[in-house]
Amino acid sequence: MDVCAPYVARARKAGQFVIVSPDEERGERIPLTIVDGDEQKGTIRLIFQRVGKTTSQLAEMSAGDCLGYVAGPLGKPTHVERFGVAVCVGGGIGVAPLLPITKALKEAGNTVIAILGARTKELLILEEEFRQLSDELIVVTDDGSYGRKGVVTEPLAEVCRRERKPDFVMAIGPAIMMKFCCETTRPFGIRTQVSLNTIMVDGTGMCGGCRVEVGGKTQFVCVDGPEFDGHQVNFDLMMKRLAAYKDLEQKAYEAYRQHRCRIGLDRSSNP
Amino acid sequence: MSEISQTLKELLEKHRAGQLKPKDRFAIPPQEMPEQDPAVRRFNMNEVALGYTEEQARMEALRCLHCPNAPCVEGCPVRIPIRDFIREIAEGRYQKALEIIKGYSLLPAVCGRVCPQEVQCQEKCTVGLRFKDVMKSVSIGRLERFAADRAGEAAAVPEAGESTGQKVAVIGSGPGGIVAAADTRRGGHEVTIFEAFHKPGGVMVYGIPEFRLPKAIVRKEIETLEKMGVRIVCNFIVGRTRTIEQLMKEDGFDAVYIGVGAGLPKFLGIEGEHLVGVYSANEYLTRANLMKAYQFGEGADTPIALSRRVAVFGGGNVAMDAARMALRLGAEKVYLIYRRSEKEMPARVEEVHHAKEEGVEFRLLQSPKRILGNERGQVVGVECLRYELGEPDESGRRRPVPIAGSEFVLEADTAIVAIGNGPNPLLQQTTPGLKFNRWGYIEVDENCRTSLEGVYAGGDIVLGSATVILAMGQGRIAAAGINAYLAEKRRRGAGA
Repeated sequence: MDVCAPYVARARKAGQFVIVSPDEERGERIPLTIVDGDEQKGTIRLIFQRVGKTTSQLAEMSAGDCLGYVAGPLGKPTHVERFGVAVCVGGGIGVAPLLPITKALKEAGNTVIAILGARTKELLILEEEFRQLSDELIVVTDDGSYGRKGVVTEPLAEVCRRERKPDFVMAIGPAIMMKFCCETTRPFGIRTQVSLNTIMVDGTGMCGGCRVEVGGKTQFVCVDGPEFDGHQVNFDLMMKRLAAYKDLEQKAYEAYRQHRCRIGLDRSSNP
Repeated sequence: MSEISQTLKELLEKHRAGQLKPKDRFAIPPQEMPEQDPAVRRFNMNEVALGYTEEQARMEALRCLHCPNAPCVEGCPVRIPIRDFIREIAEGRYQKALEIIKGYSLLPAVCGRVCPQEVQCQEKCTVGLRFKDVMKSVSIGRLERFAADRAGEAAAVPEAGESTGQKVAVIGSGPGGIVAAADTRRGGHEVTIFEAFHKPGGVMVYGIPEFRLPKAIVRKEIETLEKMGVRIVCNFIVGRTRTIEQLMKEDGFDAVYIGVGAGLPKFLGIEGEHLVGVYSANEYLTRANLMKAYQFGEGADTPIALSRRVAVFGGGNVAMDAARMALRLGAEKVYLIYRRSEKEMPARVEEVHHAKEEGVEFRLLQSPKRILGNERGQVVGVECLRYELGEPDESGRRRPVPIAGSEFVLEADTAIVAIGNGPNPLLQQTTPGLKFNRWGYIEVDENCRTSLEGVYAGGDIVLGSATVILAMGQGRIAAAGINAYLAEKRRRGAGA
């Protein structure tokens, strides 16, 4: 969705996120990475997947509706430089936040190899944008319905074994995917950056709910990140923390869906 | 005016005739604050202390000796003429009492509730000294609250000063920011408050729970500011949305007050702190207060752990708030683990008392060594170590010394870390030229002026952890500094 947020549109840099809430009074605050923006129009683009109540509420909004609020841009911008060969790996909805970073890496003069993964063809997003941006694009799907069949770590490993070894890898996607991307690049000693999307409340450093262990030290994703050296991140801990409210979230989502069905508003739209 | 008792009538007559001697005043029993029954209130969010009745307030006011040297005023960070407002309460002139307070403190309904009076005004009270018991001092805080609650509705909105055409940015809408905004607005400037959260009020809305400070009170104070013409912009993170430099160079602000607080929670750095079910007190209280997680599924969408057994680490007011909140969220057992003894606890006596009454189990001279988890990464217990008190340390408090081999395990599914906060690094990272000390707090002079021209700061981001009233005091000093600075700037502008 495109959101009118002129200040954010003006200040945002690749890699930063916003906190949004569909409802000022009762809504939950969730972090979403800014995918793109138009400073002239004062808008930012957010891409998200419907996974629970809050994202469903967002998905069901129509053009012209108002969000409860948007706050940002938050987090440190991506550190972009001319590394040489940069590989951008995106999985699922992680492809969205990868776009502005890929763009910035390309603009900085890197040779960009993009590897995009999705469960199935219908869930692959932004393929065209990446095709235009990158020097080489590899698409994989879990079920083989499009591109190569398999997961992103396979082409990533192949690229790492090439004679011209990549100098930099950026991986964004589900925690498990980022973990294995890091395991893939580790033996090659290639610097690998990941962007973490943990549970947050304020997004400004105040609650510490987003904390992760990086290199044995506690770091806050919202102010110290969201990007970290993937080889230092303790993904196992992070994945456990991501599941902290799974049951409650599930319940809220069920209740919401039942309510929507009863009043006949459910427009099972796929984002 | 409501009915007052015969006893009070007689006392008032003597008082007016100048015949109420100190010994008569000492003989008036300290008025107990009516409170919700602990067995009931631990299951609801309503305010615990219900406030004095008129009879009680006037009776309590008559306990004041009206000391010529007013030692209580010395103990007040903003020097409210306590004696004078208490005299008005005794006479039933509550509006007048409130006006006197408002000349010095903008938030009496808040301060009357959350100020640590027992270490400020009431510590110096002659009546308390006479009984060698600070709890028997005149209840200045409760009287302040009474005046605010009773006469607050009718209170006039302070007027903005004659327009200067100058612009002031106030960063943060906590108690310091509110005072700085009001005072600079009274100075005639165009004032904008920038708040990072979606609701203004700072620690008064995200931190201090409803049962100790009803949010309606804070909302009213914010509305007063708006009526004065102060603009409040929420969801605006100075340092990210705009930097201080941009506010001053591009957006035309002539002066800035930084009152962002110290909101970065500290952790213990022990094993298991990343487990699911471990919260900073900030997160726990923010979810519960600001995001209303206690209404999850009914009026709010932010979840919070459904805890059975909760261990809170720390001994300050925030630890008490977290422990008492956990009870209200349905925990069966709440432990408060503190490594010194009760005497060293930084929390207010009243908060400790309330927590105990509600059933929080105090585990003193104990400290967590590690948090234990199961295979799903959820908290299942806390391994603690027993301590004893040794020699006094640099803070003057006796140093807790661990007793070797004294480890034991407390069963718990939630752990809340309430050991204080540090400064947020955001402004330091994004404001070149602004001087910070080595702990990350902003350096200011006695007028709350920072190293950058036109930029002032106060409250927790300067003092470390302070109180509402200290933050307000600094907001006032800074506002006076800003008003003077802007007047000088106008003079220079006119002379040029």
